[in-house]
Amino acid sequence: MDRVWELRSIFLESLWTTIWLAGGGLVIGGLIGLLVGTGLYVSRRGGIVSDRRTNGVLNFVVNFMRPIPFVLLVIALQPVSRWFGISGIGNGQALVAIVFASAFGISRIVEQNLVSVQPGVLEAARAMGASRWKVITTVLLPEALGPLILGFTFALVAIVDMTAIVGITGADSLGKVALTYGLKQFNWTVTAVAILLVILIVQIGQLIGNALARRVMRR
Amino acid sequence: MALIELRGVSKTYPPTRKGGDPVRAVDDVDLSIEAGEIVGVVGYSGAGKSTLVRLINALEPTTSGTLEVDGTDVTTLRERQLQKVRLDIGMIFQQFNLFGSRTVWGNIAYPLEIAKVPKAEHQKRISELLHFVGLADKAHAWPEQLSGGQKQRVGIARALATSPKILLADEATSALDPETTVEVLRLLKRVNTELGITIVVITHEMDVVKTIADRVVVMEEGRIVEQGPVFEIFARPQQPATRRFVSTLVDDVPDEASVVSLRRRHPGRLLTLSFRDESVSQSAVFAEIIGRGVEFELVFGGVEDVRGRTFGHLTLELRGDRAAVDEAVRAVSALVETTEVA
Repeated sequence: MDRVWELRSIFLESLWTTIWLAGGGLVIGGLIGLLVGTGLYVSRRGGIVSDRRTNGVLNFVVNFMRPIPFVLLVIALQPVSRWFGISGIGNGQALVAIVFASAFGISRIVEQNLVSVQPGVLEAARAMGASRWKVITTVLLPEALGPLILGFTFALVAIVDMTAIVGITGADSLGKVALTYGLKQFNWTVTAVAILLVILIVQIGQLIGNALARRVMRR
Repeated sequence: MALIELRGVSKTYPPTRKGGDPVRAVDDVDLSIEAGEIVGVVGYSGAGKSTLVRLINALEPTTSGTLEVDGTDVTTLRERQLQKVRLDIGMIFQQFNLFGSRTVWGNIAYPLEIAKVPKAEHQKRISELLHFVGLADKAHAWPEQLSGGQKQRVGIARALATSPKILLADEATSALDPETTVEVLRLLKRVNTELGITIVVITHEMDVVKTIADRVVVMEEGRIVEQGPVFEIFARPQQPATRRFVSTLVDDVPDEASVVSLRRRHPGRLLTLSFRDESVSQSAVFAEIIGRGVEFELVFGGVEDVRGRTFGHLTLELRGDRAAVDEAVRAVSALVETTEVA
Protein backbone atom coordinates (compact mmCIF):
# COMPACT_ATOMS: atom_id res chain seq x y z
CA MET A 1 0.00 0.00 0.00
CA ASP A 2 3.01 2.29 0.73
CA ARG A 3 4.08 1.76 -2.86
CA VAL A 4 0.65 2.92 -4.07
CA TRP A 5 1.03 6.08 -1.99
CA GLU A 6 4.50 6.69 -3.47
CA LEU A 7 3.03 6.32 -6.96
CA ARG A 8 0.06 8.62 -6.23
CA SER A 9 0.97 11.30 -8.73
CA ILE A 10 1.47 8.64 -11.43
CA PHE A 11 -1.86 7.08 -10.55
CA LEU A 12 -3.59 10.45 -10.73
CA GLU A 13 -2.06 11.33 -14.06
CA SER A 14 -2.86 7.96 -15.59
CA LEU A 15 -6.40 8.20 -14.25
CA TRP A 16 -6.89 11.47 -16.16
CA THR A 17 -5.22 10.05 -19.25
CA THR A 18 -7.52 7.02 -19.11
CA ILE A 19 -10.56 9.29 -18.79
CA TRP A 20 -9.68 11.54 -21.70
CA LEU A 21 -8.61 8.64 -23.90
CA ALA A 22 -11.90 6.86 -23.20
CA GLY A 23 -13.91 10.08 -23.51
CA GLY A 24 -12.16 11.10 -26.72
CA GLY A 25 -12.61 7.62 -28.14
CA LEU A 26 -16.29 7.64 -27.25
CA VAL A 27 -16.99 11.08 -28.71
CA ILE A 28 -14.91 10.94 -31.91
CA GLY A 29 -15.37 7.23 -32.53
CA GLY A 30 -19.03 7.64 -31.57
CA LEU A 31 -19.61 10.35 -34.17
CA ILE A 32 -17.95 8.32 -36.91
CA GLY A 33 -19.83 5.23 -35.73
CA LEU A 34 -23.12 7.12 -35.76
CA LEU A 35 -22.46 8.19 -39.33
CA VAL A 36 -21.39 4.77 -40.58
CA GLY A 37 -24.07 2.93 -38.59
CA THR A 38 -26.80 5.22 -39.92
CA GLY A 39 -25.39 4.70 -43.41
CA LEU A 40 -25.55 0.93 -42.92
CA TYR A 41 -29.17 1.15 -41.75
CA VAL A 42 -30.59 3.51 -44.37
CA SER A 43 -28.84 1.80 -47.29
CA ARG A 44 -30.05 -1.71 -46.46
CA ARG A 45 -32.70 -3.37 -48.63
CA GLY A 46 -36.04 -1.65 -48.05
CA GLY A 47 -34.25 1.20 -46.26
CA ILE A 48 -35.12 4.83 -46.92
CA VAL A 49 -32.08 5.37 -49.15
CA SER A 50 -31.72 1.73 -50.16
CA ASP A 51 -28.50 1.27 -52.14
CA ARG A 52 -26.96 -2.15 -52.53
CA ARG A 53 -23.49 -0.98 -53.45
CA THR A 54 -23.09 1.51 -50.59
CA ASN A 55 -24.42 -1.06 -48.17
CA GLY A 56 -22.05 -3.69 -49.51
CA VAL A 57 -19.01 -1.44 -49.22
CA LEU A 58 -19.86 -0.28 -45.69
CA ASN A 59 -20.54 -3.83 -44.57
CA PHE A 60 -17.27 -5.06 -46.03
CA VAL A 61 -15.19 -2.32 -44.40
CA VAL A 62 -16.81 -2.81 -41.00
CA ASN A 63 -16.50 -6.59 -41.20
CA PHE A 64 -12.87 -6.23 -42.31
CA MET A 65 -11.86 -4.08 -39.35
CA ARG A 66 -13.93 -5.52 -36.53
CA PRO A 67 -12.32 -8.98 -36.24
CA ILE A 68 -8.77 -7.56 -35.82
CA PRO A 69 -7.76 -8.14 -32.19
CA PHE A 70 -7.24 -4.73 -30.61
CA VAL A 71 -3.69 -5.58 -29.41
CA LEU A 72 -2.68 -6.15 -33.02
CA LEU A 73 -4.64 -3.16 -34.33
CA VAL A 74 -2.70 -0.86 -31.98
CA ILE A 75 0.58 -2.00 -33.49
CA ALA A 76 -0.74 -2.12 -37.06
CA LEU A 77 -1.94 1.48 -36.81
CA GLN A 78 1.48 2.91 -35.82
CA PRO A 79 2.28 4.00 -39.38
CA VAL A 80 -1.18 5.55 -39.69
CA SER A 81 -0.56 7.68 -36.60
CA ARG A 82 2.79 8.80 -37.96
CA TRP A 83 1.08 9.69 -41.23
CA PHE A 84 -1.27 11.93 -39.22
CA GLY A 85 1.85 13.60 -37.82
CA ILE A 86 1.47 11.91 -34.46
CA SER A 87 4.19 9.79 -32.88
CA GLY A 88 3.92 6.02 -33.31
CA ILE A 89 3.86 5.58 -29.55
CA GLY A 90 2.31 7.34 -26.58
CA ASN A 91 -1.07 8.91 -25.89
CA GLY A 92 -1.70 10.40 -29.34
CA GLN A 93 -1.20 7.11 -31.08
CA ALA A 94 -3.37 5.44 -28.46
CA LEU A 95 -6.24 7.81 -29.23
CA VAL A 96 -5.94 7.07 -32.97
CA ALA A 97 -6.17 3.34 -32.30
CA ILE A 98 -9.07 3.71 -29.88
CA VAL A 99 -11.04 6.00 -32.21
CA PHE A 100 -10.46 3.59 -35.06
CA ALA A 101 -11.60 0.50 -33.19
CA SER A 102 -14.53 2.16 -31.42
CA ALA A 103 -15.85 3.72 -34.63
CA PHE A 104 -16.35 0.33 -36.26
CA GLY A 105 -17.70 -1.29 -33.12
CA ILE A 106 -20.16 1.54 -32.55
CA SER A 107 -21.26 1.39 -36.20
CA ARG A 108 -22.78 -2.02 -35.58
CA ILE A 109 -24.34 -0.98 -32.30
CA VAL A 110 -25.94 2.04 -34.00
CA GLU A 111 -27.23 -0.10 -36.87
CA GLN A 112 -28.79 -2.58 -34.43
CA ASN A 113 -30.49 0.16 -32.45
CA LEU A 114 -31.91 1.84 -35.54
CA VAL A 115 -33.45 -1.43 -36.69
CA SER A 116 -35.62 -1.33 -33.57
CA VAL A 117 -37.38 1.84 -34.77
CA GLN A 118 -40.85 1.09 -36.20
CA PRO A 119 -40.58 1.51 -39.99
CA GLY A 120 -44.16 2.85 -39.97
CA VAL A 121 -43.01 5.93 -38.07
CA LEU A 122 -40.54 6.74 -40.84
CA GLU A 123 -43.25 6.15 -43.42
CA ALA A 124 -45.56 8.53 -41.56
CA ALA A 125 -42.93 11.26 -41.68
CA ARG A 126 -42.37 10.72 -45.39
CA ALA A 127 -46.14 10.83 -45.97
CA MET A 128 -46.11 14.26 -44.31
CA GLY A 129 -43.68 15.50 -46.92
CA ALA A 130 -40.42 15.18 -45.00
CA SER A 131 -37.30 14.70 -47.12
CA ARG A 132 -35.21 11.60 -46.55
CA TRP A 133 -32.56 13.67 -44.76
CA LYS A 134 -35.23 15.18 -42.49
CA VAL A 135 -36.63 11.72 -41.77
CA ILE A 136 -33.19 10.58 -40.64
CA THR A 137 -32.34 13.61 -38.52
CA THR A 138 -35.75 14.51 -37.07
CA VAL A 139 -37.40 11.10 -36.73
CA LEU A 140 -35.05 8.13 -37.04
CA LEU A 141 -32.32 9.30 -34.66
CA PRO A 142 -34.63 10.91 -32.04
CA GLU A 143 -36.84 7.80 -32.01
CA ALA A 144 -33.80 5.60 -31.37
CA LEU A 145 -32.14 7.96 -28.90
CA GLY A 146 -32.79 5.93 -25.75
CA PRO A 147 -31.39 2.65 -27.09
CA LEU A 148 -28.55 4.61 -28.72
CA ILE A 149 -27.51 6.05 -25.35
CA LEU A 150 -27.51 2.57 -23.83
CA GLY A 151 -25.52 1.32 -26.83
CA PHE A 152 -22.92 4.05 -26.41
CA THR A 153 -22.69 3.25 -22.70
CA PHE A 154 -22.08 -0.37 -23.62
CA ALA A 155 -19.36 0.78 -26.02
CA LEU A 156 -17.76 2.88 -23.27
CA VAL A 157 -16.93 -0.26 -21.29
CA ALA A 158 -15.19 -1.77 -24.30
CA ILE A 159 -13.32 1.49 -24.87
CA VAL A 160 -12.08 1.62 -21.27
CA ASP A 161 -10.86 -1.91 -21.88
CA MET A 162 -8.92 -0.59 -24.90
CA THR A 163 -7.27 2.15 -22.80
CA ALA A 164 -5.59 -0.59 -20.77
CA ILE A 165 -4.24 -2.33 -23.86
CA VAL A 166 -2.69 0.80 -25.36
CA GLY A 167 -0.28 0.66 -22.42
CA ILE A 168 1.82 -1.62 -24.61
CA THR A 169 2.73 1.24 -26.95
CA GLY A 170 3.40 3.53 -24.06
CA ALA A 171 0.16 5.41 -23.46
CA ASP A 172 0.06 6.68 -19.87
CA SER A 173 -3.17 4.93 -18.97
CA LEU A 174 -4.00 2.91 -15.86
CA GLY A 175 -3.17 -0.10 -17.99
CA LYS A 176 0.42 1.00 -18.26
CA VAL A 177 0.66 1.59 -14.51
CA ALA A 178 -0.58 -1.94 -13.92
CA LEU A 179 1.89 -3.33 -16.47
CA THR A 180 4.93 -1.32 -15.42
CA TYR A 181 4.57 -0.99 -11.65
CA GLY A 182 2.34 -3.99 -10.99
CA LEU A 183 3.23 -6.82 -13.32
CA LYS A 184 6.90 -6.09 -13.91
CA GLN A 185 7.71 -5.15 -10.31
CA PHE A 186 5.72 -8.02 -8.82
CA ASN A 187 3.47 -5.65 -6.87
CA TRP A 188 -0.02 -7.09 -6.89
CA THR A 189 -1.44 -4.26 -4.81
CA VAL A 190 -0.57 -1.71 -7.48
CA THR A 191 -2.32 -3.87 -10.10
CA ALA A 192 -5.37 -4.20 -7.86
CA VAL A 193 -5.63 -0.45 -7.29
CA ALA A 194 -5.33 0.21 -11.03
CA ILE A 195 -8.14 -2.28 -11.64
CA LEU A 196 -10.30 -0.66 -8.96
CA LEU A 197 -9.88 2.74 -10.60
CA VAL A 198 -10.89 1.28 -13.98
CA ILE A 199 -13.97 -0.27 -12.37
CA LEU A 200 -14.80 3.11 -10.86
CA ILE A 201 -14.69 4.82 -14.28
CA VAL A 202 -16.92 2.16 -15.82
CA GLN A 203 -19.41 2.30 -12.94
CA ILE A 204 -19.75 6.06 -13.18
CA GLY A 205 -20.08 5.88 -16.97
CA GLN A 206 -22.81 3.24 -16.73
CA LEU A 207 -24.63 5.26 -14.07
CA ILE A 208 -24.68 8.36 -16.25
CA GLY A 209 -25.71 6.36 -19.32
CA ASN A 210 -28.59 4.66 -17.51
CA ALA A 211 -29.83 7.95 -16.07
CA LEU A 212 -29.77 9.65 -19.48
CA ALA A 213 -31.51 6.75 -21.20
CA ARG A 214 -34.17 6.64 -18.51
CA ARG A 215 -34.85 10.32 -19.00
CA VAL A 216 -35.15 10.00 -22.75
CA MET A 217 -37.24 6.84 -22.75
CA ARG A 218 -39.34 7.78 -19.71
CA ARG A 219 -38.98 4.23 -18.35
CA MET B 1 -61.98 16.51 -63.50
CA ALA B 2 -61.73 14.12 -60.61
CA LEU B 3 -59.52 14.96 -57.63
CA ILE B 4 -57.70 11.64 -57.89
CA GLU B 5 -57.54 9.94 -61.24
CA LEU B 6 -55.80 6.62 -61.93
CA ARG B 7 -55.56 5.32 -65.46
CA GLY B 8 -54.05 1.92 -66.20
CA VAL B 9 -51.97 2.06 -63.05
CA SER B 10 -49.81 -0.95 -62.21
CA LYS B 11 -47.22 -1.59 -59.55
CA THR B 12 -44.86 -4.50 -59.88
CA TYR B 13 -42.31 -5.52 -57.26
CA PRO B 14 -39.19 -7.47 -58.15
CA PRO B 15 -39.36 -11.20 -57.34
CA THR B 16 -38.94 -11.94 -53.64
CA ARG B 17 -36.43 -14.69 -54.40
CA LYS B 18 -34.06 -15.33 -57.28
CA GLY B 19 -35.78 -16.81 -60.32
CA GLY B 20 -39.25 -16.13 -58.90
CA ASP B 21 -42.00 -14.21 -60.62
CA PRO B 22 -42.30 -10.46 -60.13
CA VAL B 23 -45.18 -9.54 -57.84
CA ARG B 24 -48.03 -7.54 -59.40
CA ALA B 25 -49.38 -5.74 -56.36
CA VAL B 26 -51.60 -3.40 -58.36
CA ASP B 27 -52.71 -4.50 -61.80
CA ASP B 28 -54.06 -2.09 -64.43
CA VAL B 29 -56.31 -0.06 -62.17
CA ASP B 30 -58.66 2.67 -63.39
CA LEU B 31 -60.21 4.72 -60.62
CA SER B 32 -61.66 8.22 -60.27
CA ILE B 33 -62.26 9.79 -56.90
CA GLU B 34 -64.25 13.03 -56.84
CA ALA B 35 -63.58 15.87 -54.43
CA GLY B 36 -65.64 15.54 -51.26
CA GLU B 37 -66.25 11.80 -51.55
CA ILE B 38 -65.53 9.08 -49.03
CA VAL B 39 -64.42 6.02 -50.96
CA GLY B 40 -64.00 2.65 -49.25
CA VAL B 41 -61.47 0.27 -50.77
CA VAL B 42 -62.09 -3.28 -49.55
CA GLY B 43 -60.16 -6.45 -50.14
CA TYR B 44 -58.49 -9.27 -48.28
CA SER B 45 -54.90 -8.84 -47.16
CA GLY B 46 -52.63 -9.03 -50.16
CA ALA B 47 -55.32 -7.68 -52.51
CA GLY B 48 -53.15 -4.64 -53.20
CA LYS B 49 -55.19 -1.99 -51.41
CA SER B 50 -52.36 -0.79 -49.16
CA THR B 51 -50.08 -0.48 -52.16
CA LEU B 52 -52.81 1.41 -54.01
CA VAL B 53 -53.00 4.18 -51.41
CA ARG B 54 -49.23 4.45 -51.28
CA LEU B 55 -49.25 5.09 -55.00
CA ILE B 56 -51.62 8.02 -54.48
CA ASN B 57 -49.18 9.88 -52.20
CA ALA B 58 -46.26 8.45 -54.17
CA LEU B 59 -44.62 6.75 -51.22
CA GLU B 60 -44.30 3.99 -53.79
CA PRO B 61 -43.59 4.90 -57.41
CA THR B 62 -45.96 3.43 -60.02
CA THR B 63 -44.58 0.97 -62.54
CA SER B 64 -46.89 2.11 -65.34
CA GLY B 65 -49.99 4.20 -65.99
CA THR B 66 -50.85 7.76 -65.07
CA LEU B 67 -51.93 8.99 -61.66
CA GLU B 68 -53.20 12.52 -61.28
CA VAL B 69 -53.79 14.17 -57.96
CA ASP B 70 -55.57 17.51 -58.16
CA GLY B 71 -54.56 17.86 -61.80
CA THR B 72 -50.88 17.00 -61.35
CA ASP B 73 -49.47 13.78 -62.76
CA VAL B 74 -47.45 12.57 -59.78
CA THR B 75 -45.73 9.81 -61.76
CA THR B 76 -43.56 12.39 -63.51
CA LEU B 77 -42.53 14.39 -60.43
CA ARG B 78 -39.18 14.40 -58.70
CA GLU B 79 -38.84 13.59 -55.00
CA ARG B 80 -38.63 17.26 -54.02
CA GLN B 81 -41.84 18.14 -55.87
CA LEU B 82 -43.54 15.08 -54.43
CA GLN B 83 -42.76 16.36 -50.94
CA LYS B 84 -44.90 19.42 -51.75
CA VAL B 85 -47.74 17.26 -53.09
CA ARG B 86 -47.67 15.17 -49.90
CA LEU B 87 -48.41 18.26 -47.80
CA ASP B 88 -51.83 18.15 -49.48
CA ILE B 89 -52.39 14.48 -48.66
CA GLY B 90 -52.76 13.38 -45.04
CA MET B 91 -52.36 9.76 -44.03
CA ILE B 92 -53.36 7.72 -40.99
CA PHE B 93 -52.30 4.19 -40.18
CA GLN B 94 -53.44 0.98 -38.51
CA GLN B 95 -50.59 1.18 -35.98
CA PHE B 96 -51.04 4.97 -35.60
CA ASN B 97 -47.29 5.55 -36.12
CA LEU B 98 -47.05 8.37 -33.60
CA PHE B 99 -43.55 9.61 -32.78
CA GLY B 100 -42.64 8.19 -29.37
CA SER B 101 -40.00 10.86 -28.94
CA ARG B 102 -42.59 13.65 -29.08
CA THR B 103 -45.65 14.54 -27.03
CA VAL B 104 -49.11 14.82 -28.58
CA TRP B 105 -48.33 18.49 -29.19
CA GLY B 106 -44.97 17.69 -30.74
CA ASN B 107 -46.52 15.07 -33.00
CA ILE B 108 -49.00 17.56 -34.42
CA ALA B 109 -46.27 20.21 -34.70
CA TYR B 110 -44.13 17.93 -36.86
CA PRO B 111 -45.95 18.37 -40.18
CA LEU B 112 -46.10 22.12 -39.51
CA GLU B 113 -42.31 22.14 -39.12
CA ILE B 114 -41.96 20.18 -42.35
CA ALA B 115 -44.28 22.61 -44.16
CA LYS B 116 -42.21 25.49 -42.72
CA VAL B 117 -45.25 27.07 -41.07
CA PRO B 118 -43.94 29.96 -38.90
CA LYS B 119 -43.55 28.94 -35.25
CA ALA B 120 -45.85 31.76 -34.16
CA GLU B 121 -48.79 30.09 -35.90
CA HIS B 122 -48.23 26.64 -34.37
CA GLN B 123 -49.97 27.38 -31.07
CA LYS B 124 -53.25 28.42 -32.70
CA ARG B 125 -53.32 25.66 -35.29
CA ILE B 126 -52.42 22.87 -32.87
CA SER B 127 -54.97 23.87 -30.26
CA GLU B 128 -57.60 24.18 -33.01
CA LEU B 129 -56.82 20.63 -34.13
CA LEU B 130 -56.78 19.25 -30.59
CA HIS B 131 -60.21 20.72 -29.98
CA PHE B 132 -61.49 19.32 -33.26
CA VAL B 133 -60.47 15.77 -32.31
CA GLY B 134 -61.52 16.25 -28.68
CA LEU B 135 -58.11 15.88 -27.04
CA ALA B 136 -57.45 19.40 -25.77
CA ASP B 137 -56.55 18.04 -22.32
CA LYS B 138 -53.97 15.61 -23.72
CA ALA B 139 -51.70 18.16 -25.43
CA HIS B 140 -48.70 17.37 -23.24
CA ALA B 141 -49.27 13.63 -22.85
CA TRP B 142 -46.84 11.15 -24.35
CA PRO B 143 -48.18 8.66 -26.91
CA GLU B 144 -47.75 5.67 -24.58
CA GLN B 145 -50.14 7.30 -22.10
CA LEU B 146 -53.01 7.27 -24.62
CA SER B 147 -55.57 4.59 -25.47
CA GLY B 148 -55.78 3.23 -29.01
CA GLY B 149 -58.68 5.49 -29.93
CA GLN B 150 -56.92 8.55 -28.56
CA LYS B 151 -53.75 7.66 -30.48
CA GLN B 152 -55.70 7.45 -33.71
CA ARG B 153 -57.33 10.81 -32.99
CA VAL B 154 -53.86 12.30 -32.57
CA GLY B 155 -52.96 10.60 -35.85
CA ILE B 156 -55.93 12.30 -37.49
CA ALA B 157 -55.05 15.71 -35.98
CA ARG B 158 -51.48 15.31 -37.21
CA ALA B 159 -52.65 14.30 -40.69
CA LEU B 160 -54.91 17.36 -40.86
CA ALA B 161 -52.33 19.85 -39.60
CA THR B 162 -51.33 21.16 -43.01
CA SER B 163 -54.98 21.37 -44.17
CA PRO B 164 -54.75 18.67 -46.82
CA LYS B 165 -57.38 18.09 -49.50
CA ILE B 166 -57.15 14.32 -49.23
CA LEU B 167 -56.95 11.96 -46.26
CA LEU B 168 -55.75 8.40 -46.79
CA ALA B 169 -56.80 5.98 -44.05
CA ASP B 170 -54.91 2.68 -44.16
CA GLU B 171 -56.84 0.20 -41.99
CA ALA B 172 -57.20 3.05 -39.54
CA THR B 173 -59.70 1.26 -37.30
CA SER B 174 -58.44 -2.31 -37.62
CA ALA B 175 -56.49 -2.20 -34.37
CA LEU B 176 -59.39 -0.70 -32.42
CA ASP B 177 -62.26 -2.30 -30.51
CA PRO B 178 -65.78 -1.94 -31.98
CA GLU B 179 -66.81 0.98 -29.77
CA THR B 180 -63.66 2.99 -30.45
CA THR B 181 -64.03 2.17 -34.13
CA VAL B 182 -67.42 3.85 -34.14
CA GLU B 183 -65.95 6.97 -32.47
CA VAL B 184 -63.08 7.22 -34.93
CA LEU B 185 -65.39 6.68 -37.90
CA ARG B 186 -67.69 9.41 -36.61
CA LEU B 187 -64.67 11.72 -36.44
CA LEU B 188 -63.66 10.83 -39.99
CA LYS B 189 -67.20 11.58 -41.15
CA ARG B 190 -66.86 15.02 -39.53
CA VAL B 191 -63.53 15.53 -41.27
CA ASN B 192 -65.38 14.92 -44.51
CA THR B 193 -68.52 16.96 -43.90
CA GLU B 194 -67.14 19.87 -41.85
CA LEU B 195 -63.76 20.29 -43.54
CA GLY B 196 -64.73 18.99 -46.99
CA ILE B 197 -61.76 16.63 -47.11
CA THR B 198 -61.88 13.73 -49.55
CA ILE B 199 -61.22 10.44 -47.77
CA VAL B 200 -59.95 7.14 -49.11
CA VAL B 201 -60.54 4.40 -46.56
CA ILE B 202 -58.71 1.10 -46.92
CA THR B 203 -60.33 -1.67 -44.92
CA HIS B 204 -61.24 -5.32 -44.78
CA GLU B 205 -64.26 -4.60 -42.59
CA MET B 206 -67.56 -4.06 -44.45
CA ASP B 207 -68.91 -2.42 -41.33
CA VAL B 208 -66.51 0.49 -41.85
CA VAL B 209 -67.62 0.87 -45.45
CA LYS B 210 -71.27 0.70 -44.47
CA THR B 211 -70.82 3.36 -41.79
CA ILE B 212 -68.99 6.07 -43.69
CA ALA B 213 -68.33 5.38 -47.37
CA ASP B 214 -70.28 6.84 -50.26
CA ARG B 215 -68.73 4.50 -52.75
CA VAL B 216 -67.06 1.09 -52.55
CA VAL B 217 -64.19 -0.30 -54.56
CA VAL B 218 -63.57 -4.03 -54.23
CA MET B 219 -60.06 -5.27 -54.93
CA GLU B 220 -58.82 -8.79 -55.52
CA GLU B 221 -55.33 -9.81 -56.63
CA GLY B 222 -54.35 -6.27 -57.48
CA ARG B 223 -57.37 -5.58 -59.65
CA ILE B 224 -60.56 -3.66 -59.05
CA VAL B 225 -63.24 -6.31 -59.50
CA GLU B 226 -66.28 -4.21 -58.69
CA GLN B 227 -67.14 -0.66 -57.71
CA GLY B 228 -70.24 1.40 -57.15
CA PRO B 229 -72.37 3.32 -54.65
CA VAL B 230 -72.48 1.61 -51.27
CA PHE B 231 -76.17 0.68 -51.37
CA GLU B 232 -75.88 -0.82 -54.84
CA ILE B 233 -72.90 -2.94 -53.86
CA PHE B 234 -74.61 -4.15 -50.70
CA ALA B 235 -77.94 -4.85 -52.36
CA ARG B 236 -76.67 -6.36 -55.63
CA PRO B 237 -73.12 -7.64 -55.29
CA GLN B 238 -72.04 -9.12 -58.61
CA GLN B 239 -68.65 -10.69 -57.98
CA PRO B 240 -68.01 -13.65 -55.64
CA ALA B 241 -65.46 -11.57 -53.68
CA THR B 242 -67.98 -8.78 -53.19
CA ARG B 243 -70.65 -11.26 -52.14
CA ARG B 244 -68.34 -12.73 -49.52
CA PHE B 245 -67.67 -9.27 -48.11
CA VAL B 246 -71.34 -8.30 -48.04
CA SER B 247 -72.26 -11.59 -46.37
CA THR B 248 -69.95 -10.74 -43.46
CA LEU B 249 -72.48 -8.06 -42.59
CA VAL B 250 -75.84 -9.32 -43.85
CA ASP B 251 -76.92 -12.96 -44.10
CA ASP B 252 -77.58 -13.82 -47.70
CA VAL B 253 -79.22 -17.04 -48.92
CA PRO B 254 -78.28 -19.69 -46.32
CA ASP B 255 -75.20 -21.68 -47.30
CA GLU B 256 -75.10 -25.48 -47.38
CA ALA B 257 -74.12 -25.96 -43.77
CA SER B 258 -76.89 -23.63 -42.60
CA VAL B 259 -79.44 -25.42 -44.79
CA VAL B 260 -78.54 -28.78 -43.24
CA SER B 261 -79.06 -27.40 -39.76
CA LEU B 262 -82.26 -25.56 -40.77
CA ARG B 263 -83.69 -28.68 -42.34
CA ARG B 264 -83.45 -30.56 -39.07
CA ARG B 265 -86.15 -28.39 -37.53
CA HIS B 266 -87.93 -27.02 -40.59
CA PRO B 267 -89.26 -29.67 -42.96
CA GLY B 268 -91.51 -27.24 -44.90
CA ARG B 269 -90.70 -25.33 -48.06
CA LEU B 270 -87.84 -22.85 -47.60
CA LEU B 271 -87.85 -19.67 -49.63
CA THR B 272 -85.44 -16.72 -49.44
CA LEU B 273 -86.87 -13.30 -50.19
CA SER B 274 -84.44 -10.56 -51.20
CA PHE B 275 -85.58 -7.03 -50.48
CA ARG B 276 -83.50 -4.51 -52.44
CA ASP B 277 -86.03 -1.90 -53.28
CA GLU B 278 -88.18 0.20 -51.07
CA SER B 279 -90.93 0.18 -53.67
CA VAL B 280 -92.06 -3.19 -52.31
CA SER B 281 -93.12 -3.22 -48.70
CA GLN B 282 -92.56 -6.29 -46.56
CA SER B 283 -96.11 -6.14 -45.28
CA ALA B 284 -97.50 -6.44 -48.82
CA VAL B 285 -95.40 -9.55 -49.38
CA PHE B 286 -96.44 -11.16 -46.12
CA ALA B 287 -100.10 -10.33 -46.84
CA GLU B 288 -99.89 -12.44 -49.99
CA ILE B 289 -98.83 -15.45 -47.95
CA ILE B 290 -101.24 -15.04 -45.09
CA GLY B 291 -104.13 -14.35 -47.48
CA ARG B 292 -103.76 -17.84 -48.93
CA GLY B 293 -103.99 -19.54 -45.57
CA VAL B 294 -100.31 -20.48 -45.61
CA GLU B 295 -98.42 -20.45 -42.33
CA PHE B 296 -94.89 -19.16 -42.28
CA GLU B 297 -91.97 -18.80 -39.95
CA LEU B 298 -88.91 -16.61 -40.31
CA VAL B 299 -85.93 -18.98 -40.01
CA PHE B 300 -82.86 -17.16 -41.36
CA GLY B 301 -81.60 -13.83 -42.64
CA GLY B 302 -81.65 -10.20 -41.65
CA VAL B 303 -82.16 -6.65 -42.78
CA GLU B 304 -79.68 -3.77 -42.78
CA ASP B 305 -79.93 -0.08 -43.15
CA VAL B 306 -77.40 1.43 -45.56
CA ARG B 307 -77.43 5.16 -46.25
CA GLY B 308 -81.01 5.31 -44.99
CA ARG B 309 -82.20 2.56 -47.31
CA THR B 310 -83.25 -0.85 -46.10
CA PHE B 311 -82.33 -4.10 -47.72
CA GLY B 312 -81.94 -7.68 -46.65
CA HIS B 313 -82.62 -11.33 -47.19
CA LEU B 314 -85.26 -13.25 -45.26
CA THR B 315 -85.64 -17.00 -45.47
CA LEU B 316 -89.13 -18.30 -44.64
CA GLU B 317 -90.43 -21.73 -43.98
CA LEU B 318 -93.86 -22.10 -45.61
CA ARG B 319 -96.30 -24.71 -44.32
CA GLY B 320 -99.82 -25.64 -45.36
CA ASP B 321 -101.85 -26.99 -48.26
CA ARG B 322 -99.50 -27.80 -51.11
CA ALA B 323 -101.47 -25.97 -53.79
CA ALA B 324 -101.86 -22.92 -51.55
CA VAL B 325 -98.11 -22.83 -50.87
CA ASP B 326 -97.37 -23.05 -54.61
CA GLU B 327 -99.83 -20.24 -55.20
CA ALA B 328 -98.24 -18.10 -52.44
CA VAL B 329 -94.73 -18.64 -53.81
CA ARG B 330 -95.86 -17.56 -57.25
CA ALA B 331 -97.52 -14.42 -55.93
CA VAL B 332 -94.55 -13.46 -53.77
CA SER B 333 -92.08 -14.05 -56.59
CA ALA B 334 -93.98 -11.53 -58.66
CA LEU B 335 -93.23 -8.89 -56.02
CA VAL B 336 -89.68 -9.60 -54.87
CA GLU B 337 -86.68 -11.61 -55.92
CA THR B 338 -86.94 -15.12 -54.45
CA THR B 339 -84.61 -18.06 -54.19
CA GLU B 340 -85.77 -21.61 -53.42
CA VAL B 341 -83.65 -23.21 -50.75
CA ALA B 342 -83.14 -26.89 -51.52
